Amino acid sequence: MYSEKVMEYFMNPKNIGEIENPDGVGEVGNPRCGDIMRITIKVEDDRITDVKFKTFGCVAAIATSSMITEMAIGKTIEEALQLTNKAVAEALDGLPPAKMHCSNLAADALHAAIKDYQERVGASQ
Amino acid sequence: MKTIYLDHAATTPVHPRVLEKMLPYFRDQYGNPSSVYRLGREAKKAVEDAREKVAQLIGAEPREIVFTSGGTEADNIALQGVARANRDRGRHIITSAVEHHAVLHTAEALEKEGFSVTYLPVDKYGRISIADLEAAIGKDTILISIMYANNEVGTVQPIREIGRLAREHGIIFHTDAVQAVGYLPIDVNRDNIDLLTLSGHKLYGPKGIGALYLRRGTRIAPLMGGGAQERKWRPGTENVPGIVGLGEAAVLAGENMEERAAKLRRLRDMLIDGVLERIDHVRVNGHPEERLPGNAHFAFEFIEGESLLLNLDLEGIAASSGSACTSGSLEPSHVLLAMGMPHEIAHGSLRLTLGEDNTEEDIERVLEVLPPIVQKLRDMSPLYKKSL
Ligand SMILES: Cc1ncc(COP(=O)(O)O)c(C=O)c1O
Ligand code: FES
Repeated sequence: MYSEKVMEYFMNPKNIGEIENPDGVGEVGNPRCGDIMRITIKVEDDRITDVKFKTFGCVAAIATSSMITEMAIGKTIEEALQLTNKAVAEALDGLPPAKMHCSNLAADALHAAIKDYQERVGASQ
Repeated sequence: MKTIYLDHAATTPVHPRVLEKMLPYFRDQYGNPSSVYRLGREAKKAVEDAREKVAQLIGAEPREIVFTSGGTEADNIALQGVARANRDRGRHIITSAVEHHAVLHTAEALEKEGFSVTYLPVDKYGRISIADLEAAIGKDTILISIMYANNEVGTVQPIREIGRLAREHGIIFHTDAVQAVGYLPIDVNRDNIDLLTLSGHKLYGPKGIGALYLRRGTRIAPLMGGGAQERKWRPGTENVPGIVGLGEAAVLAGENMEERAAKLRRLRDMLIDGVLERIDHVRVNGHPEERLPGNAHFAFEFIEGESLLLNLDLEGIAASSGSACTSGSLEPSHVLLAMGMPHEIAHGSLRLTLGEDNTEEDIERVLEVLPPIVQKLRDMSPLYKKSL
């Protein structure tokens, strides 16, 4: 039911863990199935230089977490905010219909981390 | 890679002896049991032989066995058939919160038809209480349907006491024994069972065949109209190869039942003890003693079941989980929730159900690959470090 790409990312996920002293933290829960995802980011000159994730969830949740960290690294804040769950799912050669909601978690967690970063920057200015 | 199949509660392989008995009924002995010529008569005889074998396994009379298309159909005939035939006597049905969906969803459909249903709660082991049952019985109660043993956590219900209570109150008692038949000694007379469901593919028989035991004199109506097959309880040309296969599976299930159960229990305990030794933050679910011999059920904290299953699958191990992410509905297992398990613990549930083909080497292999998989997933989990 999962694409080869999903299985590849699920078995060999990239960027697992938590950044020490991150510039932004986003943690979101999936109201539908109870899964939780936590993303930490490092930002330099408005560009995301590092992203790490931790996920308590299904195969699709882990694969999308890993994929979004890869997609976000190197992007400007502006560009990263444009990343959608749809783009993540497409990068994984699609997800089964029942698992589309899992990709929301990845995009939401990244966006939450960026929001946290922006609030921190705003507060220090 | 060798497959280690640990999902015998989902289905079992067809035993070679069963397959061998079935094959002629596809090829040479293809007659319709209702036909008068030799081919038909022989098919008829094969069906009646199988009926005797199934009856013997549960202490019934052959004429009390009705062949169906499986466990689901037998459950439906039992619930809907009793409800419709006894509508004038009462409208109340008692069942439990941990039944298979074949019973639960049928009960829910009967509610829409004007019946009222009590879903008895269970304790943390998955057992109903006899006091709750007694309190639920009313003048209006026409049917009690409680499963013999649970398909997820393997908990065995106090069937004899339920049967006694049902008999005292003159209430029809149905039990879904799909998971118990062939693993526990069952006697419909000892246990005062009026209706019993069994299914072929859980006892090394084929899929798509099952039976309903129907105590003589029980008030029940058939669901389907049609020919006179199965004494009209289940019309339609008989699935002769399937029935023959179920008959042979019943014989096998009755042979050395205690020895086979003891072997399963030994392997299961080896598995449970090994997991507890090697992995922390794990719960063993279901009843410590009153459980099916081949069922081991765990909940690993901080991780999710589907991720666990796919990792095991890549090691050739077939298992199942009650996690929300593995169910189409994205709801965790109703059984685990009814046992009071929090949502996030049900998330990390793993069911391993052993069968006759399993060996000590299989268990050793599971004990070797499971701990690193659990650790790998925990290292990915945001909940893990926080709670330690
Ligand atoms: C307890 C229980 N009841 C009913 C069924 C349904 O049986 P079948 O698959 O033969 O319809 C099953 C198996 O899935 C079961 O485990
Ligand atoms: S996140 Fe739970 S189903 Fe994918």
